[in-house]
Amino acid sequence: MTMPLLELRQITVSFDGFLALRDLNLNLKPGELRAVIGPNGAGKTTFLDVITGKTTPSEGDVMFKGRSLLGTREHRIARLGIGRKFQSPRVFEKLSVQENLALAVSCPKQPWSLLVGGLNGNQRDQVYHLMSIVNLQNRADWAAGSLSHGQKQWLEIAMLVGQDPDLLLVDEPVAGLTDEETDLTADLLKSLAGDHTVLVIEHDMEFIRRLESPVTVLHQGHVLCEGTMDQVQADPRVIEVYLGTTEENNG
Amino acid sequence: MFESFTTRTKQRFCWPQLLLWVVVIAVIVAAPVVLPVFRLNLLGRFLSLAIVALGIDLIWGFTGLLSLGQGIFFAVGGYAAAMYLQLNSSEGQPNGIPEFFSLYGVDRLPFFWEPFHNPVFTLIAIWFVPALLAAVLGNMVFRNRIKGVYFSILTQAALLVFFNFFNGQQKLINGTNGLKTDVTQLFGQMIGSPEMQRGFFWLTCLMVFLTWFFVRWVVRGRFGDVLIAIRDDEPRLRFTGFNPTLFKTIVFAIAGGLAGIGGALFTVQSGIVSPQYMAVPFSIEMVIWVAVGGRGTLVGAIFGAVAIMYTKSLVSEAWPQGWLFIQGGLFILVVTALPEGVIGWLKSDGPRNLLSRIGFVRPIGTYPQLEMDGQDEVQT
Repeated sequence: MTMPLLELRQITVSFDGFLALRDLNLNLKPGELRAVIGPNGAGKTTFLDVITGKTTPSEGDVMFKGRSLLGTREHRIARLGIGRKFQSPRVFEKLSVQENLALAVSCPKQPWSLLVGGLNGNQRDQVYHLMSIVNLQNRADWAAGSLSHGQKQWLEIAMLVGQDPDLLLVDEPVAGLTDEETDLTADLLKSLAGDHTVLVIEHDMEFIRRLESPVTVLHQGHVLCEGTMDQVQADPRVIEVYLGTTEENNG
Repeated sequence: MFESFTTRTKQRFCWPQLLLWVVVIAVIVAAPVVLPVFRLNLLGRFLSLAIVALGIDLIWGFTGLLSLGQGIFFAVGGYAAAMYLQLNSSEGQPNGIPEFFSLYGVDRLPFFWEPFHNPVFTLIAIWFVPALLAAVLGNMVFRNRIKGVYFSILTQAALLVFFNFFNGQQKLINGTNGLKTDVTQLFGQMIGSPEMQRGFFWLTCLMVFLTWFFVRWVVRGRFGDVLIAIRDDEPRLRFTGFNPTLFKTIVFAIAGGLAGIGGALFTVQSGIVSPQYMAVPFSIEMVIWVAVGGRGTLVGAIFGAVAIMYTKSLVSEAWPQGWLFIQGGLFILVVTALPEGVIGWLKSDGPRNLLSRIGFVRPIGTYPQLEMDGQDEVQT
C-alpha cells in the first residue's frame, strides 16, 4: 500500500459562515490522474486554493508527501512540488513566451542566482522542448499577451510542466479551446500522468471521458461520489445535482 | 523572418534612443565649457536627481511599486554627506564640534555623529543607510501584502513622519535649518568653490552612467523578468515558486540606496541639506519626472528628471508663478495622451503615428501581418 501523495482530511472552509468546503476528504496516489467535476459553486476552485496555500481551511489538514501544508506560504508550497494552472489563463503578458518558460524552469528561484547567471544548458533545452510540445516554438519572442486564448492556455500548461512539480493542479485547461486543441490537451495530460500526479478540474464532459481517469464529483463543498465516468454518470445522486441536463451525453 | 513582427520593443534597435545618447554625451562634454558656473551647478544638481529617478523607475516602472516617499532616502543620503563635511571642518569651533550645536547648548557630539569622522564610513553610509532603511520599511509593508495605492499612501505617511522628526531635532541635526555644506572643507578646498563644483559635476555625470549601467544590468535577464511579473501578476508568480516579498524588498532597498547617492550629490552641489528635501511635493515631483520621461525606460527617467527640472528653473526665472501650471499640464498630458511617457512614445513609433494621423506620412505596411497570420494558422 503506497502512501498517498496528497491527502485532504476533513477540510472545512468557511467564508463568513458560508461553507465553501465542508468535511472534504480526498486522497491522491503518486502517478494518478484524477478528474474533479461539480456544478458551479461546488467549491472546486476553493479546493485548489486550500492545497496551494491561498486559503487556510478553518478545520482539517492537508498532507503532501507526509507533511502538513497548513501555514506554509504559497511559494514554499510551489517549491515543494505543487504546480497550479489557473482557471482563466494567467501568463505574464509583457514577457515573451520564452521568458515566461524561463521563469518557470529557473531553479533555484533566488534573487542572486537570477541576477548573476542565465539559464544553464539543460534548462535552455527544457524551454525549447516545452515550446515544441505546445507548438509555440515560432512564437518564442512574442509577448505572451499577444497570443490567442488557446495558446495562452497551453503556455500556462507548459509553464506548469516546466516547474517540474510532483503534483499538477489543472483548473479548466480546455475552456475556450477548439475540439482539436482539447484532444491534444487531453493527450498531453495523460502522458504527464505516471511521472506526475495530475488533478484536473473541468466542465467539459467529453474531455473528462477522454482522460479515462477516476472522477470525483463535488457538490456543495463535499465529495458526492467517486468512480469511473460511467459509474458517476449512472449515479442517481449525480444525475440529480449535476448531470440531469446532460443525459444525452450518455448516448 | 519573424523579427520584423516581433511585438516586443525591448530588444529592438531604436534610433531615437541612440540620438538621445549622442545629445546627452555632447551636452555633458560641452557643458563645463559653455555654461556659466551657476548653470553648470544647476545641471549637476539635476543630474544627481536623475540617479533618484532611475531608482524610482526600477521600483515603479518595472516592479509597479509607486513610492511617494523617496524623499526620505534622498535626505538621509544628503545628511550623511553633510555630517561628514561638517565634522571635517569643525576643528576651530568650540568643543571641536560643528558650530550650530553651540546655539542649542550642546557641548558633546551626539553618538551617531561619531562614525562620520571617517570618510570611508561616510561613503558607505551614503547609500547603505538609506538602503537599509528602505529594506526595513519595505519589508514590513511587503510581508503584509500591502500593495497598490495603500503602499503609496504608507510611503507618503512615512515621509511625513521623517519630515516632522527631522524638523524637530535641533539638538541632533539642527532641525529646520538643516546642515550647510558650502562653506565646509574637503581636501583643503571649500565645497562651494567653482573648482570643487566642477569636480562634483563630473562625479555626478559618472555616477549617472554607473547607475544607468547598474539598473540596466538589474532589469535585463531573469531578475528583471521577475520584477515585471511582480508588476503584472504577483499572485501568479508566487504559485510559480518565487517569493515576491524578497524581490520587492531588494529592489526597494536598491532604489533607496540610489536615492541616498543622489541626495548626497545634490547636497554638495546645493550647499545645504534640510528637512525640506523630505517635503511631500518634492517626492511627488520625482514620480512625475519618471512618468513624463517614460516608465520602464531608463533613459526616460534620466531625461525626465533633467529636462523637467531644467525647464522648471528657466520658467521660474522668467515667470515665477507659471511653473505649477506647466507641471500640472505635463501631468495631464502624460495621463491622457502619453501614458508611456515621452521616451516610451518615441519608442512605440509615436512620431510616425502622429504624422500619419495629421496627414503628413501615409500609413505603410498594414497588411503583411495578415498574410503572416494566415501562414501561421496553416502550420499549427
